[in-house]
Amino acid sequence: MTTVHNGEPGAVTTTAPRPRRSHPLLAFLAKRLAITAGLLLGVTVVTFGLVNVVPGDPVTANLSDQALNDPATVAAFREKWGLDQPLWQQYLHYLGNLFRGDLGISQQTGRAVLDDLVRYVPATLELAIPTMVLALVIGTGIGMLAAVRNGRVTDQLVRVGALLGLSTPPFWLSLVVLYVFFYKLGLAPSGGRLSTGFSPPPTVTGMYTVDAALAGQWDVAWDAAQHLTLPVLVLTSLTVALLVRFVRSAMLEVLQQDYIRAAYAKGLPARVVLRRHLLRAGLVPVVTVSGLAFASLLSGTVLVESIFGWPGVGQYAYRSATALDLPAILGVSLFVALVYTLVNLTVDLLYGLIDPRIRLS
Amino acid sequence: MAPLLDVDSLAVTLPGPRGPLPILHDVSLTVDEGELVGIAGESGCGKSLTAQTLLGLLPAGAKVTGTARFAGTDLLGLDNNGWQRIRGAGIAMVFQDPTAALHPMLTVGRQLTEHMRVHLRLDRRSATRRAVELLDQVRIPDPERALRAYPHQFSGGMRQRAAIAIALAARPRLLIADEPTTALDVTVQAGILALLDRLRAETGLAVAFITHDLGVLSALTTRGYVFYAGRVVETGPTGALLTAPTHPYTAALLGARPHGTQAVGTLRPIPGAPPAPGEAPPGCPFQPRCGYAEPACGTVPPPLAPVAADRSVACVVRPHLEVTAR
Repeated sequence: MTTVHNGEPGAVTTTAPRPRRSHPLLAFLAKRLAITAGLLLGVTVVTFGLVNVVPGDPVTANLSDQALNDPATVAAFREKWGLDQPLWQQYLHYLGNLFRGDLGISQQTGRAVLDDLVRYVPATLELAIPTMVLALVIGTGIGMLAAVRNGRVTDQLVRVGALLGLSTPPFWLSLVVLYVFFYKLGLAPSGGRLSTGFSPPPTVTGMYTVDAALAGQWDVAWDAAQHLTLPVLVLTSLTVALLVRFVRSAMLEVLQQDYIRAAYAKGLPARVVLRRHLLRAGLVPVVTVSGLAFASLLSGTVLVESIFGWPGVGQYAYRSATALDLPAILGVSLFVALVYTLVNLTVDLLYGLIDPRIRLS
Repeated sequence: MAPLLDVDSLAVTLPGPRGPLPILHDVSLTVDEGELVGIAGESGCGKSLTAQTLLGLLPAGAKVTGTARFAGTDLLGLDNNGWQRIRGAGIAMVFQDPTAALHPMLTVGRQLTEHMRVHLRLDRRSATRRAVELLDQVRIPDPERALRAYPHQFSGGMRQRAAIAIALAARPRLLIADEPTTALDVTVQAGILALLDRLRAETGLAVAFITHDLGVLSALTTRGYVFYAGRVVETGPTGALLTAPTHPYTAALLGARPHGTQAVGTLRPIPGAPPAPGEAPPGCPFQPRCGYAEPACGTVPPPLAPVAADRSVACVVRPHLEVTAR
């Protein structure tokens, strides 16, 4: 879509209502997906290289002392994982498998890395999605409130609160939350995804709450939801603290704009000006930060997942890294890279949805 | 008949980093029903702040004294709800830069109809019908399609026409146009000015036209107010203001204004700069830049005093010079 600047008067300045809008969108998506593929390839090279230059030997990391003393076992281990081949051969081998959808076998779990990811990613998703939704609603609300009350007591309180939230270490907050809500008040379970005595619902999405609801097992869904509360509470407060500052400054900038004064000058009620005019315009920068926040939640929040015994991507990544579990590390890296590129793509598409000026041409 | 807008002894003080800053002093002006009145002065002289005061859009902490009556309503006593009823439906505003004043992410149609529906209680269909009529009235071609367009798809002049249509949507009786042509190409300006004059003639709309360009005043307005440093220094019929300025500042403004084939060398810029708010000298604010200044100018700010039936000037020196010269 193009902007036509014609002379005055009488010039037709509006453009035709995009007759074949899907075409530029498809082209855009195709281009972005190609870039994503290239990026993922790059990620494999870098991760593969990095993992192989760090001091540490998968053999010593994975075999017991007794096994290490037996040269035959060590040789067998090396041969099994292809560690006896030159690096470039290992890489090409890995890449070949990758194209067949085979991410290799995790040395730690003994399962296919892809199966591991399918198991752990939904757990992380189950934390990340409600966290992001809550954080967006609360963060945008509080940030807008602070911007509108710029400089007044409400604003000061919000700013101090956000600063406190940002400087609070996640593990510390997790422990405090556990102490208060689990130990003192007994309001929520301490960790894990389900209480003992419950078995996971039949897998559809891998998210227990959703799957249980789909299967009509409401007691399981309720138990799973209770297990979500504390980690989601911690992650939400941290994400809100991050968002509030961005929302506040984005909204403050929009509030200076003539079009906000013009909206008031038209006699619109304040709530309409704020909801329709301010929110819309302030959302663009907020979408960017939210995308990054969501991607980082999806890549796993190691500390929070560890403290709450949550079997998510973060824990998986941590355990693979400490064990130098090469296939698992590569698998997680690929997943994280994929998450970031997909989130960025979504953010770019959202821009166009929010702001017609940057709609795809 | 009482004027539509009657502002008397209006003074506005804004909070500043080092205490309150007086911005407007003793401003009195009137606008009659269906009248086009000009308000002229350099930037920072308080023209725009006057407009903001009349729409209740002053920043928090502003202190206002004096009176401002609009169609019988005491504007300065209004609460939020009262302001909401006046804005758009009683007094509407057109801003200097239409690109900044139109919301970039809402369609022109939405921006045209949203306040119409609040003020005139129209349903969606009647609001759209009225929106098409308005766009037609401001000469925007193909109004139905323009409704679905976003501001960035318009040219600058078309944006200002759309902004004027938006300002008129809820049938205001007074339009405050704050330098509505300054951000536009010269070739486009004349069209906007003609449009405002036509709307005044067709609908009985009163227009307060704020400008820094005295030439625009002569083409358009019947009466004018010249502002300097937050005060009205001269007022009268526009023709008389331009041909026989009485206040030294008005005269200097005219002397500094290029027109026709005049050579650049004959332009007379005004020496110095207008005082910043809070830093005006005691006495006449123009006195440090004035060629007519006398010791008497440095004591108290001269009040706006009538020099003829329809003219007033805030100067203690020049009106008397002219009288004696005659």
